[in-house]
Amino acid sequence: MKAMIEVRGLHKRFGGIDVLKGIDLDVAAGKVVCVIGPSGSGKSTLLRCINHLERPDAGYILVNGEYMGYRQVGDRLHEVRERDLCASRAAIGMVFQRFNLFQNMTVLDNVTLAPRLARRTPMAEAERKALTLLERVGLAGKKDRYPYRLSGGEQQRVAIARALAMEPRVMLFDEATSALDPELVGEVLDVMRALAGDGMTMVVVTHEIGFAREVADEVVFMDGGVVAERGPPAQVLQAPREARTREFLARLL
Amino acid sequence: MTTPTPTGAPRTDLPPVPLARPGRRVAAVVVALLVAWVIHVVFTNPNFQWHVVGKYLFSKEILDGVKLTIELTVSAMLIGVSLGVVAALMRLSDNRLLSGAATFYIVVFRGTPALVQLIFWYNLAALFPRITLGIPFFGPDFVSLSANAIITPVIAANLGLGLCEGAYMAEIVRAGIMSVESGQREAGVALGLTRAQTMRRVILPQALRVIVPPTGNQIIGMLKLSSLASVISVTELLSAAGLIYTRTFETIPLLIVASLWYIALTSVLTLGQRAIERRLGRSVQDTPGVSWRRPRRRAQPPVPE
Repeated sequence: MKAMIEVRGLHKRFGGIDVLKGIDLDVAAGKVVCVIGPSGSGKSTLLRCINHLERPDAGYILVNGEYMGYRQVGDRLHEVRERDLCASRAAIGMVFQRFNLFQNMTVLDNVTLAPRLARRTPMAEAERKALTLLERVGLAGKKDRYPYRLSGGEQQRVAIARALAMEPRVMLFDEATSALDPELVGEVLDVMRALAGDGMTMVVVTHEIGFAREVADEVVFMDGGVVAERGPPAQVLQAPREARTREFLARLL
Repeated sequence: MTTPTPTGAPRTDLPPVPLARPGRRVAAVVVALLVAWVIHVVFTNPNFQWHVVGKYLFSKEILDGVKLTIELTVSAMLIGVSLGVVAALMRLSDNRLLSGAATFYIVVFRGTPALVQLIFWYNLAALFPRITLGIPFFGPDFVSLSANAIITPVIAANLGLGLCEGAYMAEIVRAGIMSVESGQREAGVALGLTRAQTMRRVILPQALRVIVPPTGNQIIGMLKLSSLASVISVTELLSAAGLIYTRTFETIPLLIVASLWYIALTSVLTLGQRAIERRLGRSVQDTPGVSWRRPRRRAQPPVPE
């Protein structure tokens, strides 16, 4: 099956510290990959490189067969212009740990802004689509609220609807439930589960081992900037081969 | 000492008596006396010449001065805010030359007195007798004019006050932009918006919450700062009053006239500032220490559910 995301030899340094030391990753279309690992292992940086929020220092990333942030000219990669980068990013939805809803806009405007600006979707159509999406995450009734009037779980569900409004081919989740009160985690995981069920290609950085076990097609365990172990959830989570995977999982429980 | 035990069952009908605060009462009496004394002096000392104040308060010369003061304030603030936004964005740029140029501008124009700058622009002709519009170093000149013809006192005042204000506004705008959480920018570009779109639609609107209150102060400050233009023979409010009292020697009453107008104008501005702040506060979370909105004005409390 064709890889929707292909990461090869990805390196990233921040101020002299190697955060990613050569990551390879393949995500086939329609599959869900959960990335687990201790904090500081480079999980978030990997996600942020995939949609080019961070520029890789070495290696490359292909999304749907195209270089992310670069264009091949002869045997060189040229950095693309902002417009082209924006178009590539629009096909990748990202959900952040801290929700990052636009604080100056209502829920509805949060969801319609990007389609209207980046896709020139007419207002009426953008709103119709936004309402369908808000319906899907169970928040159509709160379309006129400002983000601060919503609970964390509601904000994160709006953030998912906002990302889906651009009709992405891939969704990236960066610890989407880590900032939530425990009783609100379930509602966000439900939405993510439904999305996976609909066949969305997803890369999920998470500490929710239960979710990974149930939803992931593959689990990737990262440690110290490398992939330490990968495989089906049953193998990585229940019978890890690597000692550090076992250690990490033991600490979580 | 023993605590007396209440007799019988506790009663619910005992009226609470507030603690007496004698110090506060004494202070209030002292202040009341002072206020009474000031009022007495102001209205009984004939040297205040209140009838002269009344005579000039709405005279044509003064009203023309008020008009020029307002015009100067508005145009200098427009120049200042535009320059401030540009300089703030330049300072935040990754390009060292752009941020360096903005820093230089701020250092020079915030680091010298506005009065010096005003007199400098007024005397620009001494530095550049002719002002030429063209392409530097290479190209043809399109227009060439005498500096004395272009730099009228009003233009010099606008330049001086506007450029000076731009340096202050640059720092205010920069602080506003930096106060917006970086996640807002990331969310914008991750959705496929350009950096400019994210700045205009997401960052700047939120930065306004931080930018508006000090900008209100700047406008009020500018209203009064514009009185400096009197030294380069611009007949704004203060020099209009000055022109009259050098003629009539009614110095004090005319300064009172000018002051009453300054107070009236700043009061109007203060009201406007409050209205704008309230409007911007619609989407603000009322977190103590973060919000500057007055909570009691809120229509309904936030109910997170």
